[in-house]
Amino acid sequence: MSAPLTLLEAVTLALDYELGADPDVVVFGEDVGKNGGVFRATDGLQAKHGEDRVFDSPLAEAMIAGLSVGMAAQGLKPVSEIQFMGFVFPAMTQIITAAARIRNRTRGRLSCPMVMRMPYGGGIHAPEHHSESTEALFAHIPGIRVVIPSNPSRAYGLLLAAIRDPDPVIFLEPKRVYRLVKHEIENNGEAYPLDMCFVDREGDDVTLVSWGAYMHETLLAAGQLAAEGVSAEVIDAATVYPLDTETIIESVEKTGRLVVVQEAPRSGGVGSQIAAEVAEKALFSLIAPVGLVAGYDTIMPYAKMEYQYLPSVERIKDEVKKVMAYT
Amino acid sequence: MATRPQHRGRPKPARKGAAPELYKASKAQLIKFYREMLTIRRFEEKAGQMYGQGEIGGFCHLYIGQEAVVVGVQDCLLEGDSIITGYRDHGHMLAAGIDAGAVMAELTGRASGISSGKGGSMHMFSTENGFYGGHGIVAAQVPIGTGIAFAHRYRRQDNICVTYFGDGAANQGQVFEAFNMARLWDLPVLYVVENNRYAMGTSVLRSTGSRELWKRGDSFKIPGKQVDGMNVLAVRAAAGAAIDQVRSGKGPYLLEMQTYRFRGHSMSDPALYRSKEEVQHMKAEHDPIGQVKKLLLDNKMASEDDLKEIGREVKAEITRAAEFAIASPEPEAGELFTDVLAGAGS
Ligand SMILES: Cc1ncc(C[n+]2csc(CCOP(=O)(O)OP(=O)(O)O)c2C)c(N)n1
Ligand SMILES: [Mg+2]
Repeated sequence: MSAPLTLLEAVTLALDYELGADPDVVVFGEDVGKNGGVFRATDGLQAKHGEDRVFDSPLAEAMIAGLSVGMAAQGLKPVSEIQFMGFVFPAMTQIITAAARIRNRTRGRLSCPMVMRMPYGGGIHAPEHHSESTEALFAHIPGIRVVIPSNPSRAYGLLLAAIRDPDPVIFLEPKRVYRLVKHEIENNGEAYPLDMCFVDREGDDVTLVSWGAYMHETLLAAGQLAAEGVSAEVIDAATVYPLDTETIIESVEKTGRLVVVQEAPRSGGVGSQIAAEVAEKALFSLIAPVGLVAGYDTIMPYAKMEYQYLPSVERIKDEVKKVMAYT
Repeated sequence: MATRPQHRGRPKPARKGAAPELYKASKAQLIKFYREMLTIRRFEEKAGQMYGQGEIGGFCHLYIGQEAVVVGVQDCLLEGDSIITGYRDHGHMLAAGIDAGAVMAELTGRASGISSGKGGSMHMFSTENGFYGGHGIVAAQVPIGTGIAFAHRYRRQDNICVTYFGDGAANQGQVFEAFNMARLWDLPVLYVVENNRYAMGTSVLRSTGSRELWKRGDSFKIPGKQVDGMNVLAVRAAAGAAIDQVRSGKGPYLLEMQTYRFRGHSMSDPALYRSKEEVQHMKAEHDPIGQVKKLLLDNKMASEDDLKEIGREVKAEITRAAEFAIASPEPEAGELFTDVLAGAGS
């Protein structure tokens, strides 16, 4: 059975599949049960799987994370929703000091198979917490995985993998593209690997790396650049942490140029990490300095200024042209 | 597998049977309450309309139905007092005397907005008016308000900080951490829980084990009281008594205002989680403005014409605010980089 689904619907489908397949999976969060979630990602799941397995939690993120750790330590597979990524901060203490370390602290006697799903990123004209991209905060914490699907198929396959993975996964859903495109998805329960980048377009002149919502602008830019005679290879670094640097290095060794595109502020981001890896492992393959197209080091502004912050297709193309100037 | 406890019924009404203590307002005071509540109502209606027209982006949480709470509490405050609340903040700002035009300009993302058009509905401040936000993170304002109260005490000021939060916020851990600190130091803070029965789509009945929110301070020895938050005179009476205590150095106090929002959580919420009858009942029987209007008319303190005239003045003020907002320019591009660190980018 397959049907064209949005990224949002793919999330629902994966949750539904795994709730059906594994009695240890429990789905909860603020407004998740009766209301089906702020973005409706859990729509219909409570009615189908019951109030014991899909439920509303009190408004308390530290508790949601800590509860998940306790449940997971007992072998349950909690999948919680944080309504917006900006609301995860009360939960950070439990994520960093407990979830990420249970395996290590118990010397492998316990694991922590929990997933925290959260919509993230801009594009909805709301400031600050409702729009920011702070994936780098998590990508700095050994003991957790950070996974970001950029399209419906990946949302389905990666979410299944995240739920089945024995370690904590921060699963970031780019809300701007929740309903942007549809993919035919076979509901066969097949998970994607959590340790691989996806090569979405092959090319010879320059490697473009992005993740999340910005895969769309990056692919758009690559398409337009092709018409101008620039052949770009585009990589989706969906498993942001730990990152499959090998795929990126191999590509850079082929193209000799790298431009990373991220929505997050420029400094200290995943893009800087990718640049560092390439500098360390593929410096002599580079023909041009590494380019980084990013948000700015400022607080995500409200409505009218949002698109001054967010990188545009034009900015991506300009950066590519800059690195193409080196031969 | 554990079975979830089933919670049934509505939250209990305030002190069954006992008549609520009501403030004895003069004619002038009653008219002031009426005007202030109406100003908030009309402002919010306009904001809702402008949201619909795409002038307001992101999220917009209206205060319609809850007007009696801020108007009653604000009437007890003195020069130098502070207030702080969450994202449902337009009413608090207007009650604090902040210009409706500056608020509307902020909602519409204009440079003349009270936060230069960069903050929007949820992130407004006006330190001149003792208004410390405008906080988008649910319950974050509770320890912050407690810290403001700490500063008032430290400086030996007679001022207090009124710290508002919702029934949903009441379940955040930092609320209790703040309560403990406030008692430990006898801080001059009045906690006001605006219990409108819902946190987004989650009813108090489905989120809260012990639903007597006014008792939440019990284990910290913070006195509490449940109040009919739809009745501005009940609010005024309870807030007056509580604030007298807080200001006299006896430490924190907790008021649970039983209130109701007539609209959805935000403009994008169709509010399917509650019945039309429930909303209709609250509008018909408990509308804070309707109640004061009836009092004014029944006691011959004002005529229909007097109230219509107030209505016209309020409408004119709101129209002016909206026109001011729309006519204002958008922030300049350089604004993106201002006020990140002191001295940088400005
Ligand atoms: C830490 C945090 N978690 C979740 C949210 C999303 N959220 C915004 S308002 C809200 C409900 C709050 O309800 P309540 O405290 O009762 O205030 P009300 O909206 O009723 O005024 C939620 C869950 C948030 N802003 N911050
Ligand atoms: Mg509420």
